[in-house]
Amino acid sequence: MKISLSSKGDNLDSELDPRFGRAQYFIVVDSETKDFKIIRNEQNINARQGAGIQAAKTIIESGAKVLITKNCGPKAFDVLNAQGIKVAIISKETTIKNAMEKFLAGELKIADNANVDGHW
Amino acid sequence: MKIAIASGKGGTGKTSITCALAKSLDENIKLFDCDVEEPNVHIFFNKQKISSSLCNVFVPLVDQSKCNFCLKCEELCQFNAIVKIGDSMMVFPEMCHSCKGCKIICPENAIINSSKNLGQIKTFQEKNITVVYGELRIGEPMAPPLIDAVKNKIIDTDINIIDAPPGTSCPVISTIKNVDYLILVTEPTPFGLNDLVLAVETARILKVPFGIIINRADIGDNRISEYAKKENIEILMKIPNNRKIAESYSRGETMIKAKSELKKEFKQLYTKIITK
Repeated sequence: MKISLSSKGDNLDSELDPRFGRAQYFIVVDSETKDFKIIRNEQNINARQGAGIQAAKTIIESGAKVLITKNCGPKAFDVLNAQGIKVAIISKETTIKNAMEKFLAGELKIADNANVDGHW
Repeated sequence: MKIAIASGKGGTGKTSITCALAKSLDENIKLFDCDVEEPNVHIFFNKQKISSSLCNVFVPLVDQSKCNFCLKCEELCQFNAIVKIGDSMMVFPEMCHSCKGCKIICPENAIINSSKNLGQIKTFQEKNITVVYGELRIGEPMAPPLIDAVKNKIIDTDINIIDAPPGTSCPVISTIKNVDYLILVTEPTPFGLNDLVLAVETARILKVPFGIIINRADIGDNRISEYAKKENIEILMKIPNNRKIAESYSRGETMIKAKSELKKEFKQLYTKIITK
């Protein structure tokens, strides 16, 4: 299963980016092979509006079935939800690697709603 | 004739001056409140009978059976309002600016007209003044299309006085573009000057002729006068900081009621603007 995470940097030791739509990078990890892919989110960081929607689209197109992030707004959540992608929210600062491990150990709760308003 | 009143900084007295100017004139006046997020011109009038109409604008609806995912609409839309998600085109009405670009560019005619409500346009008459104002639907983030709809009621040959929202962002641009003259209301304080400079830059980009009214002119310092001199901007009028004006304002009356001599000054101001 592919797991996507919002990341401040381009490797597994990077910190989880607190923002989803305007995250620096997305890292998509294959939970079996541990292979990972880096997606730069350059275009969205400076988007006038709709960064969350476009970021959600990026996640969908990456083939990920799960998104781990710190904050997810209502539009992004709706788009991900409509495509059956689960959103797991971590509130504390953590690395990509740690966040992955926590998710695989079943320690993360799947959100059933956006946890922040748009443009928080 | 279209005269707009804007400020940059909020709370400088745009609406007070708009209403005082309109009420000082004997001609038939059309008064437009384009601060659709918080219209307040009407507070200064005894509204007898307000008529209102809904303002609806275009948003796309996608006929998924006709769409072949060429994505021309998605590429065109600068606001991410129409996006391919999975195996369908999703529309986000709250992002849509109603430009109809998606409908025009779609080679498959897959875009169907739909609409969303932006708010209401209200109007009433008091003596020689007709007031028209927009009221943005609560929760609707997009003011400019409603402002455009309010401005659509303008007849160029009338005397139109237009109250702008504060700031220098899209709603202000929508309000002040294409006016014949712009009055910038400011106050002689650091905030007043800071935001005036932004408003002046905006007016210059839009190539709208403008002048300044300094409200509460006897507070603060001379920074506005010095700036105006340096930039060669005309100071149209100075209004004193006066308790009677504040008291009349708190009762929903204009400053010409508190200081009747201002009425003459506003008349002269109007004559000055129309003879420019």
